[in-house]
Amino acid sequence: MSTRLTGMGRLINKGKAVEFSFNGKNLRGFEGDTLASALLANDQMLMGRSFKYHRPRGVVGAGAEEPNALVNLGEGGQFEPNQRATTTEVFDGLQAQSQNHWPSLEYDVGAINTAFARFLPAGFYYKMFMYPRAFWKHVYEPVIRKSAGLGRAPKDRDASTYEHFHAHVDVLVVGGGIAGLAAAHAAGEAGARVLLMEQTADWGGRAVVDAPMIDGIPAEDWVKNTVQAIENMSNVDMRLRCMGAGVYDHGYALGYERLTDHAPEIEGPRHRLWRIRAKQIITATGAIERPLSFAGNDIPGVTLAAAVRDYVVNYGVSMGDRTVVVTNNDDAYRTALVLKKAGLDIPAIIDARPDAEGPLIDEARALGIRVEQGKAIAKVKGGKRVKSVGICAQAGEGAVLEEIACDCVAMSGGWSPVVHLWSHCGGKLIWDADQVMFRPDHEKPPTGADGQPFVITAGTANGHLFTAEAVSDGWAAGRAAAKVAGHSKRGSQSPLGEDAEEGPISPVWLMPQGASHELRSKAWLDFQNDVKVSDVQLAAQEGFESVEHTKRYTTLGMATDQGKLSNINGLAILSQSLNADIPNVGTTTFRPPYTPISMGAITGAARDDLFLPVRKTPVSAWSNANGADNEPVGQWRRPYTYVREGESVHDAVNREVKNARENVGLLDASTLGKLIVKGPDAGKFLDLMYTNMTSTLPVGKCRYGLMCSENGFLMDDGVVVRMDDDTWLCHTTTGGAERIHAHMEDWLQCEWWDMQVYVANVTEQYAQIAVVGPKARKLLQKLGGDMDLSAEALPFMQWKAGRIGEFDARVFRISFSGELSYEVAVPAGQGAAFWDSLIAAGEEFGVMPYGTEALHIMRAEKGFIMIGDETDGTVIPQDLNLNWALSKKKEDYLGKRAHLRSHMADPNRWKLVGLETVDGSVLPDGAYAIATGENANGQRNTQGRVTSTYYSPTLDRGIAMGLVHKGPDRMGEVIEFNKVDGTTIAAKIVDPVFYDKEGAKQNV
Amino acid sequence: MKRYSAFAVAREAMRQHKGWDRAWAKRAPKKKYDVIIVGAGGHGLATAYYLGKNFGITNVAVLEKGWLGGGNTGRNTTIIRSNYLQDPSAAIYEKARSLYETMSQDLNYNVMFSPRGLIMLAQTQHEVRGYQRTAQANALQGVQTEWIGPQRVKELCPIMNISGPRYPVLGGLYQERGGTARHDAVAWGYARACSDMGMDIIQQCEVTGVRQQNGKVVGVDTSQGAIDCDKLGMVVAGHAGVMAKMAGFRLPIESVALQALVSEPIKPCMDVVVMANTVHGYMSQSDKGEMVIGGGTDGFNNYTQRGSFHHIEETVRALVETFPMISRLKMLRQWGGIVDVTGDRSPILSKTPVDGVFVNCGWGTGGFKAIPGSGWAMAELMAKGQSPLTDEFSMYRFREGKFIDESVAAGVAH
Amino acid sequence: MLTLHCPYCGVDADETDLHAGGEAHLKRASTGSSDDAFEDYLFMRENPKGVHFERWRHAYGCGKWFLAARCTATLQVFGTYRAQTHEPPQDIKDAISAQRPGWSWGNFR
Repeated sequence: MSTRLTGMGRLINKGKAVEFSFNGKNLRGFEGDTLASALLANDQMLMGRSFKYHRPRGVVGAGAEEPNALVNLGEGGQFEPNQRATTTEVFDGLQAQSQNHWPSLEYDVGAINTAFARFLPAGFYYKMFMYPRAFWKHVYEPVIRKSAGLGRAPKDRDASTYEHFHAHVDVLVVGGGIAGLAAAHAAGEAGARVLLMEQTADWGGRAVVDAPMIDGIPAEDWVKNTVQAIENMSNVDMRLRCMGAGVYDHGYALGYERLTDHAPEIEGPRHRLWRIRAKQIITATGAIERPLSFAGNDIPGVTLAAAVRDYVVNYGVSMGDRTVVVTNNDDAYRTALVLKKAGLDIPAIIDARPDAEGPLIDEARALGIRVEQGKAIAKVKGGKRVKSVGICAQAGEGAVLEEIACDCVAMSGGWSPVVHLWSHCGGKLIWDADQVMFRPDHEKPPTGADGQPFVITAGTANGHLFTAEAVSDGWAAGRAAAKVAGHSKRGSQSPLGEDAEEGPISPVWLMPQGASHELRSKAWLDFQNDVKVSDVQLAAQEGFESVEHTKRYTTLGMATDQGKLSNINGLAILSQSLNADIPNVGTTTFRPPYTPISMGAITGAARDDLFLPVRKTPVSAWSNANGADNEPVGQWRRPYTYVREGESVHDAVNREVKNARENVGLLDASTLGKLIVKGPDAGKFLDLMYTNMTSTLPVGKCRYGLMCSENGFLMDDGVVVRMDDDTWLCHTTTGGAERIHAHMEDWLQCEWWDMQVYVANVTEQYAQIAVVGPKARKLLQKLGGDMDLSAEALPFMQWKAGRIGEFDARVFRISFSGELSYEVAVPAGQGAAFWDSLIAAGEEFGVMPYGTEALHIMRAEKGFIMIGDETDGTVIPQDLNLNWALSKKKEDYLGKRAHLRSHMADPNRWKLVGLETVDGSVLPDGAYAIATGENANGQRNTQGRVTSTYYSPTLDRGIAMGLVHKGPDRMGEVIEFNKVDGTTIAAKIVDPVFYDKEGAKQNV
Repeated sequence: MKRYSAFAVAREAMRQHKGWDRAWAKRAPKKKYDVIIVGAGGHGLATAYYLGKNFGITNVAVLEKGWLGGGNTGRNTTIIRSNYLQDPSAAIYEKARSLYETMSQDLNYNVMFSPRGLIMLAQTQHEVRGYQRTAQANALQGVQTEWIGPQRVKELCPIMNISGPRYPVLGGLYQERGGTARHDAVAWGYARACSDMGMDIIQQCEVTGVRQQNGKVVGVDTSQGAIDCDKLGMVVAGHAGVMAKMAGFRLPIESVALQALVSEPIKPCMDVVVMANTVHGYMSQSDKGEMVIGGGTDGFNNYTQRGSFHHIEETVRALVETFPMISRLKMLRQWGGIVDVTGDRSPILSKTPVDGVFVNCGWGTGGFKAIPGSGWAMAELMAKGQSPLTDEFSMYRFREGKFIDESVAAGVAH
Repeated sequence: MLTLHCPYCGVDADETDLHAGGEAHLKRASTGSSDDAFEDYLFMRENPKGVHFERWRHAYGCGKWFLAARCTATLQVFGTYRAQTHEPPQDIKDAISAQRPGWSWGNFR
């Protein structure tokens, strides 16, 4: 059984017990425990089920690499699936549940898949479930989906908050083991600004477990001293529980800090995402031990050798009473020694190497441990727990020589440097045949904006598995990185580590070497996804020779550990199957993040009301307090209509239209873009920007202007105002201000840079209010001021500056409604007050605010086009009968050349007309006018489409505008429009101006 | 070719699966082929397949500089839909979608086409009108879509928040027979079928030059030597510009990075595909249980198959707003692909200035869903010199000002 | 996440502060140009895998457009320079030649 040992556990506080629950069972652990160690202390070896076969799964590692021990954690708004028990710190009240089983962890119906495993080899689903066709969607897929997946889907809203930090540093050091500490120390001493991050809750990495000597003192003391020294440096920041998640181009890196996962009582954000710019990045990310591939290596109790000793040394937990160690290298002997010294039984060390010698082996023998060389595990027996192992010759085919009873197997297939961060941004790897590992290729590092390397790898992550070289490598990396960043103050000496001598590792990819198919089909490579040696071999047999093919065909390395344990072993099996060298087969691509990071952390604070900024006008507050039913328009929210009590939205819109036509309405037009274009060449410049003449506009006058893109399409429109000799005010559409401003700047800076023109976007400097309706003048006159607003003094399409009441105002006689209309701009700070005075003074005239829908209806009644409705990015001015606005006098303007192209000059283009349904109903939005027959692709031919369609309260009938093939030549003709129900609706082609064709009402 | 079936799997299970052949044969290039297709991605392999199946042209080689299906075919978010606005787009995407319906049976390879339904959300009045227009157009194009209200959206996708403070859901364009498929399987299935027709799929074979005589193609130079051909199809997505340069012409395309990500797998919670264009994100749940998420493209040319993190951030932010429950899921993996984007963001399937050279590129972010239709059309174009499905997608349309612009319905071509 | 040096305000700007503007040094074809020339100007792009010249605007900074010489395969930046020029300055070309001997782009080399 697995249990707590007395007198061990450097990370736990035995003085402080914590209570937690697992699958509803109340258990007890200690402060400092991980969920995995606490479960093991309670003899809870079974922690989950595998993905495909629902095999029982126990913990296999002790850190970020863990593929098996995943749990549903917490409840309600704190619930989170797929949490690794090995990296989850226990706290009082923690609730965990195992995953992927029904009805219970112990008895899972899905485990029947194991019995059928031989029918479910790699890629079986590509070969079956094809017949009958409809069964995939209705039968096969639902069943597969249900049995797949791991954790439960969260249901509730996330109750936690998140935040982002931005940091600019000289040197980012990822990893707080001895190499990382040495690196941060060295870089800090050199004078660099350093950020050091460690993913776990403790400094020191593996060295503190294995306890070598550094600078003549035990590693744990050296780590303490070094941490102390670094803490004293004001130029170095250090963070625990903060993982280097990804390295991106140009020295950008992500850190993922878990602030309250271990202690929910702490107030504040749960996770913090660090967005870092570093001149140099040191990846001292350590190495991960590889499993060995032998039959039954997935049975709970088969664990990585280093993890077994981590549990003993760090948490005082033994995985079992009798542990068989199986290895191809010396390091695993340390596990045997630790266990033996802790009083546990080591029935045997199975070493695949026939003739390994060295001090660690000698020490094991001296402690009386049986060492079997040249041997292998043929098969592990057991169901939910290891019962025994059968040993055999590594060189043979698996004939069992002896069965050894045990309840734990500690395996080591060697170590793989953690090269993820090195590789994220293009760093390449090299195969080190002596050490049997891929390690960073210093000849091919990731390069930054200047083309120079910006990632340095150090310590075991750099392939230096021994203390002495790891710690000095870290130190050197720190000095080197600081130097590149411009810091090389003198510091202390590089630390000196000491190591026990170790013999060479021997590559062992399969145990035994000649294992039968039966054994290979029980030798797991990917524990979570249930990929076995036989699966990779089948993939190779079927021609999936690229490592990417094999990965995708077998799902090897695609589990939540992203192949941390399985990739190299799988790759080795693949290369053996192909008779190729490992480096020739290559690795799959490492992608961020290193381990999964929460979506909440990525989102940060940008949720709900902070999701995206909302722009507000000076009138927004009034509108929102007075029934505004808003619609998003660009970054703004504009009132669609102002709904009164007891009214529907439709009623409100009709009321607003009628009132503006009969009395007076107010529209908050502040969102319209306002660009000041000024300078000696402003007129010349605007003549290029607009299709019509702008330079000739007299001071004091307004003119409707059209803008095309260089590609000829209509992009914006608005009223242009001549303010003085070299100043124009250009109105743009709502949401168009920034776009058009940028467009103008582009041309000014990049094409016509010799022109003397300045453009300023003053959209937010003014509130602009349209006072619209037959009583508009009376209302403004009532407010007083120093301006004569009579028809004679301020005729249609002219403007004036002066005072209205107490307000500084510019008054434009422009109309988008067809009514007598004044658009009045006042400084933004006076906007709300001005609006209030209009509302107050207008009471006797029946003033009402109106929203965008009334605006749209009134402009449609007048046949005015709307950018975004009549235009959609494919429409040119000619389509809208706006040829009058295309200057023939000007040699050049944006779009002029484009309009000459054959398709744009085609007389068969669809053109703007008005449409009246025969029965008076409203045409559906976006309906197409159907023509006879079908095209070559069997699609119904069309001859036009609706661009705007409304119920007109003024005319009490449906009105619409549309683009129709040769439409203006077909006045009076009735054509059919489709409806989605398959029927059609007849409409007559008419003039698009439905109301006040002569313009008498706006020009008074 | 050994037929795949449950029976075959059971039979092989009894003999340790020793009887499975290679899915596609490994062959050295011949001296000459009738047709060479460059690019063994989905589009290239589908082109070869339909050349054989529809036109009996089987003396075909498909050359691949890396590994088959290793480009965008294996890097996308596997969405299949045909709810496009413009006639030419709707025609080719619907052709593709309808071929997906029967692809598993046609190829005898389970590509797991899952017509689980797809919703494009309308979150502004402008989008409402745009999607209603698309629904109208689709009705005439023979594409089954419908406009649905917010309550129906919620019924189809209960994990969605339809009343977010910033962009409440106003409805959506729903394509019931849209969905997803297993992307790698599409490439593998076509490769197996092509190989079975006697075509040669040659991996690790990089084309380094296009040989011409009198303005007509006569072959290609490759890393495995010169190979002759009568016709050449360039189907190399992001690298189309580089390849066109070899043949001596330019293409109106730019290559940019598109990124995607997946979450850790969870139990089924989302049965439809949802695309939210206003906030720039789309999401579906794979059969494995991962939430598959995509977003927008970078604005600059990039061949690194990596992208900038801030795009991932924007996309995740948008989706957390739309699906609040994903906040406590974790991003497992992000990756990038190189997509080739044309001046109107619609693809090019076209003859070229070089006689006998045909080009298929510019699918931008919409390539996967088009694979069978694109292959079908390209095969027809190469075999007959003309296809109604490709007529409008000529590379010369830009000169005439005749664009196929899908962005008009607020629908980005994901 | 690129960083580019704005040659106007001197800031090393993050990509999120910038707006990418496509290929640089396009020669505007206007009225009087042939269909070919106009198509070339508006649509045909070098799109190289390697040395590239492109437009950027320091949109959330000083607002200025500038040009960058950048490698699209490695994202190395050879230099940035002001937009008011018809061809890259010699020092930029030299910087590229030092790193990518024999490069060419359009008519530049």
